[in-house]
Amino acid sequence: MIGASSIRKEGRAKVMGTACYTDDKFVPDALHGVTVRSQVPRGILKGIQFGEGIPWGEFTIVTAADIPGTNRVASVVHDQPFLVGIGEEITHPEQPVVLLAHPDRRLAEKARKAVTLEVEERPAILDIQASLDLEQVIYGTHNLLKEIRIQKGDPEAVWASAAHVIEGEYHTGAQEQMYLETNAMVAVVEQEAAGLRVTVWGSLQCPYYVHGALKQLFGLPEGQVRVVAMEMGGAFGGKEDYPSVNAGHAALLAWKSGRPVKVVYDREEDLACTTKRHPSRTRLKTAFDAEGHLLALDVDFVLDGGAYATMSPVVLSRGALHSASVYRCPNVKVHARAVATNTPPPGAFRGFGAPQSLFAMERHMDVCARKMGLDAVELRRKNFLRMGDTMATGQVIREDLDLGGLMDRALEEIDYHRKRTTFAAANDSQNPIKRGVGLAVFMHGCGFTGGGESYLASVAGVEGLADGTVSILAASTEMGQGKNTVFAQIVAEALKLPFDMVETAEVDTDRVPNSGPTVASRSTMMVGRILEDAAISFKQALVQQGFLKEPYTADGFREAVAKAVATLGSVKCYGQYHRPPNIAWNDATYQGDAYPTYSWACYAAEVAVDLDTYEVKVEDFVAVQEVGRVVNPTLAAGQIEGGVAQGIGWGLWEEVTMKQGRMINNQMTNYIIPTSADLPQIRVVFLENPHPAGPGGAKGLGELPMDGPAPALINALENALGPLRLDEVPMTPDRLLGRYEEVTHG
Amino acid sequence: MAKQITLKMTVNGTDCVVTVHPFARLLDVLREELRLTGTKEGCGEGECGACTILMNGRVVNSCLVPVVQAQGAVVVTVEGLAQGERLSSVQDAFLTYNGAQCGFCTPGMLISATDLLNRCPNPTEGEIREGLAGNLCRCTGYAKIVDAVRAVAADGGAAK
Repeated sequence: MIGASSIRKEGRAKVMGTACYTDDKFVPDALHGVTVRSQVPRGILKGIQFGEGIPWGEFTIVTAADIPGTNRVASVVHDQPFLVGIGEEITHPEQPVVLLAHPDRRLAEKARKAVTLEVEERPAILDIQASLDLEQVIYGTHNLLKEIRIQKGDPEAVWASAAHVIEGEYHTGAQEQMYLETNAMVAVVEQEAAGLRVTVWGSLQCPYYVHGALKQLFGLPEGQVRVVAMEMGGAFGGKEDYPSVNAGHAALLAWKSGRPVKVVYDREEDLACTTKRHPSRTRLKTAFDAEGHLLALDVDFVLDGGAYATMSPVVLSRGALHSASVYRCPNVKVHARAVATNTPPPGAFRGFGAPQSLFAMERHMDVCARKMGLDAVELRRKNFLRMGDTMATGQVIREDLDLGGLMDRALEEIDYHRKRTTFAAANDSQNPIKRGVGLAVFMHGCGFTGGGESYLASVAGVEGLADGTVSILAASTEMGQGKNTVFAQIVAEALKLPFDMVETAEVDTDRVPNSGPTVASRSTMMVGRILEDAAISFKQALVQQGFLKEPYTADGFREAVAKAVATLGSVKCYGQYHRPPNIAWNDATYQGDAYPTYSWACYAAEVAVDLDTYEVKVEDFVAVQEVGRVVNPTLAAGQIEGGVAQGIGWGLWEEVTMKQGRMINNQMTNYIIPTSADLPQIRVVFLENPHPAGPGGAKGLGELPMDGPAPALINALENALGPLRLDEVPMTPDRLLGRYEEVTHG
Repeated sequence: MAKQITLKMTVNGTDCVVTVHPFARLLDVLREELRLTGTKEGCGEGECGACTILMNGRVVNSCLVPVVQAQGAVVVTVEGLAQGERLSSVQDAFLTYNGAQCGFCTPGMLISATDLLNRCPNPTEGEIREGLAGNLCRCTGYAKIVDAVRAVAADGGAAK
């Protein structure tokens, strides 16, 4: 079962159009909720005016003064209000201030525009440098949302004596997740004997995050809040933390109106207001000996965290922990900061800080190779991590790691060396089309960072049903990645049952335990492992109770489960995460095993640049990775292809344009994601190396493909065009033209 | 209160009568009046193709069509592709090849792919990519969608 390309469990409903997404849920008598936002980046809210021409008496109106519990969104840091109250500070231009609900969606929209806010404006901080320079103090004492330091050896002692010391600065822009389904919530609040009961149905990755946020917002105990995950039209991290906000808004309106409320963002609102990938600036300083061995690395990594902490502390952590990429280095210093600005807070997005720091390091390796007169491939090979080496945190590589072999496979697939030679000759001609190939080698840590998995202590289980089939109980959500299918394969394998005898239960906090958030490439490896354990316990319990005898057939198992359910009423077994004995992490010193393991990859890209238009076409793309055992090859390839497409978009086209802290290209028309005509065939190769920590040897793979495309593409661009200042993504035609003119016009 | 009009359409082979605002979007009429929620809204400006349907045999973005233009029209949505429980060849290929991940672009993508194969039964990879370029997908990188369409063509086309 593990290793088979089983058909997606919910696939049939998806191709028939019957899969039920949040806005598809039929809710009689629902009101439509809309949000009035601050529109200025910084100031004090002095008053709210409700304009003429709107029948305000028909509206449900919620302001901060109405909030029954705590006006703070439960997150890593409880710093963000659900609504800004009068007399309080506005800290970014999309901040929610007033919620309105009405049965007529169009009238609700008209009313939203008729509310005006009186604001005493204050000077705002709109970028990383202004925040670091403390032009205004807008958060804490130093505008720092989080600061991390990692030290190994002493780089300072190396610079003076090293043969080569090379510095570089790299930038990456914000990126929109652009899930096809915008953020959407439906809320109902009932008055029960036990008190208020709040229920939301929504498009959300992490039911228990939303559950925690609603408890705090309403001041309710555990059992009075229920969260149900509907079919989800993509997420990519964009529905990790934000749904705590809009679920709260929908629930507040439902509570005040006494009616069901739907809050469905249109695309413009979703783009302008919800979380994105953090913009970054990375400064690198590296020392090499005369042969090109890496002796020292100094990383100064800064993320623009926006107005509130949201996920920034953990995004920063993952970025910092990936900043040395896949290289052995005896002396490393990492200084990482997430700084506050008066912009809508970024949040989780596939890769979670790693794409930013890996772009810098993988781009820098090519720059260093050029400056030292070495081949970029051989410079990498000389410095790859191998079994027994230690990473920056002191983590020892315990697996048989062959990054050279991985890289060689990618080089061979894309025909790297031959293309380098033929392109170099052809690029000397007058033809305006210049071609190049480039690569990046990188890794992605599986599961939560550091002690995160121990802190989560996730629980998942299996339940026998009356018809003898098995149901999977986990709060992990399906966002298209294939969780329903892969979990069923893992449990079917553990129980030696056919795939169609195992289904996943609806993700409803009244029914499923907290298996943790659906993030961090953790579902298959971490939750899958817990399910594997739970399934084996379930089978053993059936045997011990005398319902099942081994060996058994599928029919025998079905009969045993049906009989057990008939006799006992309910048959469930749960498993819980246990920290492997050889894994240790110290959060105070940032020393130890940052992740239980990593997935490893080498991506290679071929580009053609048209020097008349500065358009870049991706002609070929090879993605070679080692992700442990592949549970479902077709679904896994789909994850890699989709991630590569997003990575290509981030590298070349996807630009969030900000003005006074607001996204101004907040439409699909002018925020450009790849179409089918823009992409090459993406060639995916899995090298399997089963890892003992994952179910059936599987590791995480969802985020990995986001990390490699941008540096591989920009390295290919340098190969095509020569040494330009290619230090930033997205490398749009405008930006590329600018870089080219720096050289041609001095 | 805006004036309402009554109009007739044939949707997925069934005659329908709706009384709606003349400038209501066809997308909303399908989703809210007829409860055919398979057709999705991704952008509301004709860019993403999630709301793609066939109207009088032509592919349209239903978010851009005022319902008054659909008076008397023959409309096919994703719900009209299968024959009862029997999937169309394009639906079946999307299922087999993992052409649907999150599934939100899928209804519009299926309509466009069906239309493409009806117009061009043996498309090259380039023709498939061009033919589907009006339907955005954020999950798949389009690889498995292209595979699915190619497989249908190789197996005798969309009509089969």
